[in-house]
Amino acid sequence: MSLTNQRPAASFFARDRGWQPEALTPQYKTSVARSPSRALLSMPQTLSEITGPVFGHNIIGPLDNDLILNFAKPGESAIGPRIYVYGRVLDETGRGVPNVLVEFWQANAGGRYRHAKEGYIAPLDPNFGGCGRCITAEDGSYEFRTVQPGPYPWPNRGNDWRPAHIHFSLFGQGFAQRLITQMYFEGDPMIWKCPIVDVVPHREGIESLIAQLDMDSTVPMDARAYKFDMVLRGRRSTLFENRLEGN
Amino acid sequence: MQSLYRLKESPSQTAGPYVHIGCVPNFSGIGGVYEEDLGTTMVNEKTKGERIKVSGTVYDGTGTPLKDALIEIWQADADGLYPSPEEHRGTADPNFTGFGRKAGDYQTGEWVFETVKPGAVPFPDGRKMAPHISFWIVARGINIGLQTRMYFPDEAEANAKDPILTKIEHQNRVPTLIAKKEGDGAYRFDIYLQGENETVFFDF
Ligand SMILES: [Fe+2]
Repeated sequence: MSLTNQRPAASFFARDRGWQPEALTPQYKTSVARSPSRALLSMPQTLSEITGPVFGHNIIGPLDNDLILNFAKPGESAIGPRIYVYGRVLDETGRGVPNVLVEFWQANAGGRYRHAKEGYIAPLDPNFGGCGRCITAEDGSYEFRTVQPGPYPWPNRGNDWRPAHIHFSLFGQGFAQRLITQMYFEGDPMIWKCPIVDVVPHREGIESLIAQLDMDSTVPMDARAYKFDMVLRGRRSTLFENRLEGN
Repeated sequence: MQSLYRLKESPSQTAGPYVHIGCVPNFSGIGGVYEEDLGTTMVNEKTKGERIKVSGTVYDGTGTPLKDALIEIWQADADGLYPSPEEHRGTADPNFTGFGRKAGDYQTGEWVFETVKPGAVPFPDGRKMAPHISFWIVARGINIGLQTRMYFPDEAEANAKDPILTKIEHQNRVPTLIAKKEGDGAYRFDIYLQGENETVFFDF
């Protein structure tokens, strides 16, 4: 390895905690007993936070980003409105982030998850598992094919329903960039009634989680497309990093 | 005034109760899509260093174990090097992933990692940090992933000088970050989301 030793790795921008949800959000009842009550301790980032695992494209199977087929019996496919979801993973400086492992999971078109603890009466689709993953390209782009998930009721207040949504998990370039979020669909009236959406403190923050229908990217006679970009914490320029002692 | 052209980080949303489907599908019973769940295996027979087992449970404010938490860990190899492109001090052990991911057991909430004891890693000013493992915890009811660290009970001297541990104002909370030794190479690191023993969570 020819790199000089001690080249400082760059840390991430401080997380804007006023933009992110608080831990304690009583409208989402489960948060009440699961929210730390003491303040988070702010600490400088070290190599332990700035570094992170990297997953090669070799872990990705050919159907990993196709939820219509990846659990289906040969010759069959998942039931529901066929859609592509595509977009880019950017950082706060607007740069595309390559090699991000993007994992996604969702209910089927009837709003039912394939999970041992799921009790909703909507039926399972024998051809739908509900998980997928991909790795972003050089420009941060990703795409996958699925069926549009259905809304579902959940035990919270008397009559709470989740809007249709897809869960996303992102591995950026450092462990401190780790993020899990959810994507919603343009025009869904349930978005504005959901206590989990409501934990996001700013309306613009909520809007940033709503994917827009993109008719230009539709595959005619096959599947509509939704565009969904996600943003990870920005990385500082090494130019302004604190120098290590003795360098 | 000009613009900095900054974007805002995507707002976090809870991993929810079904995080297993997306992150550990084989564990959740969805077989045949991925060969193996990510982060299941951190070591192989060639990995250098002392083999250790780290187990624990996450507890809510009522003292009830979380049975739907997902725990991820990230750590240096036995020589204190990270298997990451941002590691410029040398090359980490190629037989060590540094990354682990486990779901709590559906009945008990317990999770177990089989790994090696990490070496010491420098703080930005060059001082050594005590050996530690970074944790990231998500679950239903947790709106944004919780960051913490586990330190080792058999490293009292290094812990006493650790640049992060010594920065903690309330030193009586430091023990919440130190695992308990359960036997040879076996450590327990229980995490308390609230209460008298609330684990220290960081904002890095
Ligand atoms: Fe969900």
